[in-house]
Amino acid sequence: MKNSGYLSGSYGVFDVAGPVMVGPSSSHTAGAARLGKMARMLAHNSVRSVEFRLYGSFAQTYMGHGTDKALLAGILGFEPWDERLRESFRYAQEMGVEYSFVPCTGPSEGENVSENIHPNTVRFLITAQNGEKFDITGCSVGGGKVRIVNLNGIAVSFTGESPILVTRHYDSPGIIASITALLYQSRLNIGNMRVNRKRQSDTADMYLEIDGSVPQEIVGRIREIPGMISVILMQ
Amino acid sequence: MAEFWMEEILKDCEEKGIPLWEYILRSECASSGQSREEALLRMSQLLSVMREAAAGGLSHPVHSTSGLTGGGAYQYHQYVQSGQSLLGPVLSDAVQMALSCSEVNAAMGRIAACPTAGSCGIVPAAVLSVGRHKGCSDEKKTESLFVATGIGMVIGEHATLAGADGGCQAECGAASAMAAAAVVYLLGGTDRQAVHGAAIALKNLLGLVCDPVCGLVEIPCIKRNGTSVSIALTAADMALAGIESYIPFDEVVTSMYAIGKALPSRLRETGRGGLAVTKTGLRMYETLYGRPMAMQG
Repeated sequence: MKNSGYLSGSYGVFDVAGPVMVGPSSSHTAGAARLGKMARMLAHNSVRSVEFRLYGSFAQTYMGHGTDKALLAGILGFEPWDERLRESFRYAQEMGVEYSFVPCTGPSEGENVSENIHPNTVRFLITAQNGEKFDITGCSVGGGKVRIVNLNGIAVSFTGESPILVTRHYDSPGIIASITALLYQSRLNIGNMRVNRKRQSDTADMYLEIDGSVPQEIVGRIREIPGMISVILMQ
Repeated sequence: MAEFWMEEILKDCEEKGIPLWEYILRSECASSGQSREEALLRMSQLLSVMREAAAGGLSHPVHSTSGLTGGGAYQYHQYVQSGQSLLGPVLSDAVQMALSCSEVNAAMGRIAACPTAGSCGIVPAAVLSVGRHKGCSDEKKTESLFVATGIGMVIGEHATLAGADGGCQAECGAASAMAAAAVVYLLGGTDRQAVHGAAIALKNLLGLVCDPVCGLVEIPCIKRNGTSVSIALTAADMALAGIESYIPFDEVVTSMYAIGKALPSRLRETGRGGLAVTKTGLRMYETLYGRPMAMQG
């Protein structure tokens, strides 16, 4: 592709040189830390306890690659290049975060993990500080790149490369229109959108992937929309 | 429209009258929206991380998280210091730095993947060793990393940079090609010579399989970093002498991809073939995981 007079390919310079990371494996360590961090953000940055269910190669080699330390480091909010990653077990203890690792051979009944599972998959069962439960599944797809594939029982596909807005609101007409109107006011385009209604609670969860960064002010105004329960921005 | 092949890029460089590193920098700025200053700063930060990783394993023995490996970089450093090394100062320095980066990686230290974590020692070792012994500025070293990256971007575009797709030739092979091109640049060779250097290096690692013992980035990865940098320096030296690769770089890349596709999956990072299933490899597996390897497919 010729872009502004210069040829460019699908790899950027810093896809090839970098990332800076704690070793040993971009998919098993750096990707795992990124998944942990995304799961933490999706759980409102407030994790009391977490169970990590490991699948495929994650289940096989997690100890040697430090996948366990990396996942936990992410849950604690550490970045993939933070050398505290190596000692995340100790930091978790200091921070009072409970954790357990369960290597799984295959999806069991009722698991939010599909049959054709990616070899590097983890399911996070998180209990937040306020007791709220989160069930998040993600894959490390290579080179440190990741994808969240299931969020509280709903199939999604987020890479974390674009900002993600997650809202929970009462299921009544006009709320989605109000959210998208606010985004439109900032000339923000929605690249990907999922809405899931929960009949028992009369609430709906919505996931929006946004092209471009979302100002905090817009998040504040979305939070003020009548009927809104919670808003999470991950960027 | 022209595709992202090295031959097209070199022609475009000649038309524009700019060097390859500058072309890669401008291409990155145009496609990512970063400013020139941001991209240069980011690359110089990578160079700093590389420098730390290249030294981290030399002052004291560094052991891997699994406990399988470690201490090799320190041991080799002591040997080099004692003046016994068979290799000259540039190459022996490069080998110790490549081992250091790789051991730091296996010990969950901080590294810059280049192009991958498993091959993270090769480009830093080549650039830092040649840079040190030939008195290159940090600015020049940073520019050489753009040359290296341009080579890696073409390999990623038309072949692969993942051991799981193409075997070790896609990781240590690609890194060695990148390193050779960077070294030719550092020593004042032309861009065409740099690309010939990359072609010569890559040709000599074609077919290399990815067969990590216990599925971990340690055996044989660490020592392969040490030896792949010597291929890079040898290839660069040939290119600087004016030797050209009869098979052009772009065609070597195409061939590397075809070879990678032809490799059975057990030789592509699954830890189910090659050295991983030798008697010793299997014994290490059983000791580490507490059960014998389940052989499948």
